[in-house]
Amino acid sequence: MHMVCAITPVPTLPAAVPGPGFADPVFGAQAVFRAVMNALARPGRPAALVAGFTPPVPLTPEAAAVVLALCDHETPIWLDAPLAAVPEVAAFLRFHTGAPVVTDPAAARFALIADPMGMPDLAAFPTGTPDYPDASATLVLQVSGLADAGTDAVSLHLEGPGVKGAERIAAGPLPADLARRLAANRRLFPRGVDLILAAPGAVVGLPRSTLVREG
Amino acid sequence: MYVAAKGGEKAIRNAHRLLAKRRRGNRNLPDIGLAQIAEQLALAVDRVMAEGSLYDAELAALAVKQARGDLIEAIFLIRAFRTTLPRFGASTPVDTGAMLVRRRVSATFKDLPGGQLLGPTFDYTHRLLGAGLGEGGEAEMMPAEPEAMPRVTDLLGADGLIEPAPAEEGEEPFDITRAPVAFPVDRATRLQMLARGDEGYLLALGYSTQRGFGRTHPFVGEIRFGDVEVSFFAEELGFEVSPGTVQLTECQMVTQFTGSASTPPQFTRGYGLVFGQCERKAMSMALVERALRWAELGEEKGAPAQDEEFVLAHSDNVQATGFVEHLKLPHYVDFQAELDLVRRMRAEREAAASLKEAAE
Amino acid sequence: MNAMVTGSEAEMPEIGYNFAYLDEQTKRMIRRAILKAIAIPGYQVPFAAREMPMPYGWGTGGVQVTAAVLGPDDVLKVIDQGADDTTNAVAIRGFFEKTARVATTTRTGEASVIQTRHRIPEQKLSEDQILVYQVPIPEPLRFLEPRETETRELHALAEYGLMHVKLYEDIARHGHIATTYAYPVEVAGRYVMDPSPIPKFDNPKMDDCPALQLFGAGREKRIYAIPPYTRVVSLDFEDHPFEVQHFAKPCAMCGARGVYLDEVILDDRGGRMFVCSDTDHCETRQAEGHHGEMWGGMLAEDAR
Repeated sequence: MHMVCAITPVPTLPAAVPGPGFADPVFGAQAVFRAVMNALARPGRPAALVAGFTPPVPLTPEAAAVVLALCDHETPIWLDAPLAAVPEVAAFLRFHTGAPVVTDPAAARFALIADPMGMPDLAAFPTGTPDYPDASATLVLQVSGLADAGTDAVSLHLEGPGVKGAERIAAGPLPADLARRLAANRRLFPRGVDLILAAPGAVVGLPRSTLVREG
Repeated sequence: MYVAAKGGEKAIRNAHRLLAKRRRGNRNLPDIGLAQIAEQLALAVDRVMAEGSLYDAELAALAVKQARGDLIEAIFLIRAFRTTLPRFGASTPVDTGAMLVRRRVSATFKDLPGGQLLGPTFDYTHRLLGAGLGEGGEAEMMPAEPEAMPRVTDLLGADGLIEPAPAEEGEEPFDITRAPVAFPVDRATRLQMLARGDEGYLLALGYSTQRGFGRTHPFVGEIRFGDVEVSFFAEELGFEVSPGTVQLTECQMVTQFTGSASTPPQFTRGYGLVFGQCERKAMSMALVERALRWAELGEEKGAPAQDEEFVLAHSDNVQATGFVEHLKLPHYVDFQAELDLVRRMRAEREAAASLKEAAE
Repeated sequence: MNAMVTGSEAEMPEIGYNFAYLDEQTKRMIRRAILKAIAIPGYQVPFAAREMPMPYGWGTGGVQVTAAVLGPDDVLKVIDQGADDTTNAVAIRGFFEKTARVATTTRTGEASVIQTRHRIPEQKLSEDQILVYQVPIPEPLRFLEPRETETRELHALAEYGLMHVKLYEDIARHGHIATTYAYPVEVAGRYVMDPSPIPKFDNPKMDDCPALQLFGAGREKRIYAIPPYTRVVSLDFEDHPFEVQHFAKPCAMCGARGVYLDEVILDDRGGRMFVCSDTDHCETRQAEGHHGEMWGGMLAEDAR
């Protein structure tokens, strides 16, 4: 039983106050959530997303917006090496979400990946249990572009729930063997991790339910 | 001639206007004040605080008034309000040993440090309707100052005669209002669910254990009611602050002893703790809590009160009343589907019967 | 951002409620559950349902899902039994008008979010729409096995033989599958799911639906989903294929066939009529000039 009492916690401020997040926390978070929801409900189809703020580099506004909209003290966040190397990134995320930043990918509910080329195996993150497949991680991968995605782009052919017929996307930079990794993730179903590609101005969802091959 | 039922909005408005009128009752009589409810219907207010899981007598009194004395409705109002409040964290465990005791009885010892303190109780009243009360008769003043006294279970525990209270794990307990419960549950979850469980429901289940459905041989080690200080560790200040005191009723049942080759025989505990003065609830909770511990204590299972999922999943009266009462909502789409099937099956049966008749 | 709803009586304690009722942390928790539900179609995601200012069993799950999803540009429609004007639909619509100040509509085509109890609208939904179902008992296996601890295991193993046995027992006993509403479906080839107490008439509308379908069970604390364009199959047998209800007569008001009808008792001498359960569909058709056999009588009644 918890006491509900009238103490207002005084937040402890870090040495340098991190920059602002959503201009309007309520509607900003709602709009970003809807973009992410649409993206996961329609795998491969980009959903427009405007963050409206600038996080510390190399964190991109879109990836940061997803985390600010969805994370709080209940969702440990894992940062990949390029993000972990910049203390301002963790400070920014902690300040705006209160989420613990963890170093063990197996302890994460959300993972932020600035360099998908160097990302760990998908199974390094929680994939849930047969009883509770939802107790699994959501990975946010920063990509520099969709469709016209440059040399390290991969092209994927998608089928499954949320996809009318088939969908094709190109995005990058992403690991060349991403389709194989996603297929392995699909084989765990209903266990597995869910991916969100954060591109400039849009997000693309790759939930575990999607059947992915190169193409 | 058929006219589609319209005007749900107007019907609702009118119903609520009528409710407000009935709530006020005869306007020639004075309106009842919240302070009057809190002071003179204190046990109703206590029950609303306990099962509403919110310690605020003024709000509970308001809820009792708004609910026209329907306590489950009042509990519902409090819960719906409580859920909107920000949560700053968990208090440190309250020390009921330091309680300033207003009432304390033990059925296990004739006398003990601190003594038996009857306090404000219905016990030993002759349940004769008090004619004087109706005309505003004055009660005599209560003289005793509340004081701290040792808990009976601590006295027994000093000799190792009762199992030790579970150790404080130091971790913030699972919060049933913040996360979905999955069975089987841990002790903290079990106690939370029982603490906000319906008094009547727990009373019946506790009673059933006494009648042999999961017997635990209970003795009231102690019931105490009084004031306990609440402390809260404020991370950002780095020290404990006390937002105030709450009144609690605690019941420790001393129950069926256990023992094994490695541990000498000792009594076990059933625990009940409730906001306010809710003695019946605290006792029932302790009985049921103990019954639910059958597996941990290596007892045989079979009684309803031992069935964790059954007992806990149905203990919340706000959930129960909502789902039972939802049956009065329109279900005519589903009923139509059933009606259609029953008619079809009857027609088929008739057709088969007449076919058989024709053949004979 | 905090819209305060404050008591006016002198003695009343000051009470404030959050804008849109749910606090932001609760919305985040529900939103995360919705995302996992979409990623695992048909799987019931446990969530920490909050206590709402309406009774359990009256749509608290649907209301929480809607509250977590709604934005300022949404247009909300709320139906109960297919109708916008049933009292509980009116109460829920009023709740969102008051707490979220969103635009509301009764027109299916104009709504971006539709919260429903017991029906799927007759008009085909579009990609731009979200259908939110109120769910009383989310567990399709509950009436075969009441224990959550057991049913969770059955879902984990995809062990649905029990359900087929139950449906087959119906056939043996009644010559029919006796389930007429809340008829179980298999979603995307994996989870067996309770579609909420919609008549089985509506089941085919869930299959390959362009709209996102979200299900909220408040008392049972579960959220589940069917993404758009997902295969949803009603369970059946080769010798007893799934079939929906057929009504002998068209709607008495708009003449529609192939829609779900409510039976209305007109007198105590066996007089009855059948009218569309979907009130918007019926009114739209009437406005378009479609008339059923009792439409004229209705007009005469109005004229009086």
